[in-house]
Amino acid sequence: MHPLIEKLLKNGVAVTDGSWGTQMQSRGLKLGESPDSWNINHPDLVAEVAQQYLNAGSQVILTNTFSANRFVLEKFGIADQVEEINRKGVEVSKKAAQDRAAVFASIGPSGKLLVTNDVTEDALFQAYEVQAKAQAAAGADGIIIETMMDLNEAKVAVSAAKQTGLPVIACMVFDSGRDKDRTTMGNTTEEAVEAFTELGADVVGANCGQGIEGFIPICKRLRNATVLPIWMKPNAGFPEFEDGAVVYKTTAKEFAGYVPELISAGANFIGGCCGTDENFIIEIKKAVEKIKK
Amino acid sequence: MSQQAIDSLKDAVVNMKFNDSPELAEKCKSSGLSAVDILNKALLPALDVVGKLFKDGDYFLPDVLMSVKAYEGAYKLIDDELKAGSYKARGKILMGTVEGDIHEIGKNILLALCQGNGFEVEDLGINVSPATFLEKAKEIEPDIIGMSALLTTTMPVMQKVIELFAENGLRDEYKFIVGGSPVNQKFADQIGADGYGEDAQSGIELIKRITE
Repeated sequence: MHPLIEKLLKNGVAVTDGSWGTQMQSRGLKLGESPDSWNINHPDLVAEVAQQYLNAGSQVILTNTFSANRFVLEKFGIADQVEEINRKGVEVSKKAAQDRAAVFASIGPSGKLLVTNDVTEDALFQAYEVQAKAQAAAGADGIIIETMMDLNEAKVAVSAAKQTGLPVIACMVFDSGRDKDRTTMGNTTEEAVEAFTELGADVVGANCGQGIEGFIPICKRLRNATVLPIWMKPNAGFPEFEDGAVVYKTTAKEFAGYVPELISAGANFIGGCCGTDENFIIEIKKAVEKIKK
Repeated sequence: MSQQAIDSLKDAVVNMKFNDSPELAEKCKSSGLSAVDILNKALLPALDVVGKLFKDGDYFLPDVLMSVKAYEGAYKLIDDELKAGSYKARGKILMGTVEGDIHEIGKNILLALCQGNGFEVEDLGINVSPATFLEKAKEIEPDIIGMSALLTTTMPVMQKVIELFAENGLRDEYKFIVGGSPVNQKFADQIGADGYGEDAQSGIELIKRITE
């Protein structure tokens, strides 16, 4: 096990952070504005998001770099700022964290499909390599590949991230198929574990796609397939529309009510994805501490 | 002979044999089948099977895309004959990802299925403003306007699009359908959309129902 992962799990389950996108929207991110561009334009507000998770007790926080690859940034006309956006994103989270938490730099999907030859593996690798190198150079403690729906794309991203020598967490969205236990591309948890293990991933897991109750069977299957630590970041249920805005109905307490079961299923890192905020982290933390006692 | 050719072509599309489908379409033609027969007896029923497999969770996105590729390889060989004859598109679809949203994978899959199922499609791409939807609709007069969103923050734009059409007295000229990962039937009802598709297959079934 990587020394940093070992350190984070020394006292049992580690609590991570919640969503970032919705937090920036509540701070004025406009429709159609690149969230990642805020690392340059509004670093103070991005730092607020990091800070609220640190105050809530996160032992690991991520960075505001989820879409900071050239394929997504070029849709906003800022593909030439990949390195700067990633560097600033890491710097903001690191400055906020000090030595209170580890900072894992986020890498999300490219929005391109390998299966339709929309992009080549080489082009994807180059894009992720630029992103990962910029994150490592800026001082990230590790890298997380998250919200991936295509195992082939995830493998490319993990390979690029592993080149940095940092510990790498590899996560996918399992929300498709009869039992909502496969990725959109049909990849199973077992296939993901096998591929990520072969590439040297330090942690494997799942994020987004569905609420926490749906993560329990997924976590069990991951645990049966691997001895690697498992990362779990479920959504706050499914979004609903109210008074012209979209809201998530699962409360922090309801979410945390599933934490003991998720830990029994084998989870080592627990946080939240879409619809979760610092209150979720506070409740997760309480649930985790209670079990530790 | 012609039934065998039809069955082989259908099988090739269902089983993603995109290298074989053009040759099998040629065999259908040389056995005397018309382009309309090849479309209606082999290609469209094959896509229906693919759609069902996808909906049931037996096929996943890559399977659907490869089947569509097999379909397209065969369709190219009958396209000219179809266009020269009395065959008409089943309807016209205008589609786009709403303003503020740059995600297009789901929309593009539905577009491919629409084309595969004989619909004429106009793709507005990503980040499409309500005004652009209105302008293009006036120009091409589609039967259906499809809106896609992956982000919860951009879903409300779908409502704005429908409202803009209503303000211009054009709400009832078109059917509005919505889709995308965070979208659901309840949301579609709340914003006054005419339909919601949970996935690309549900979307194409919805489009077929509306245009029938």
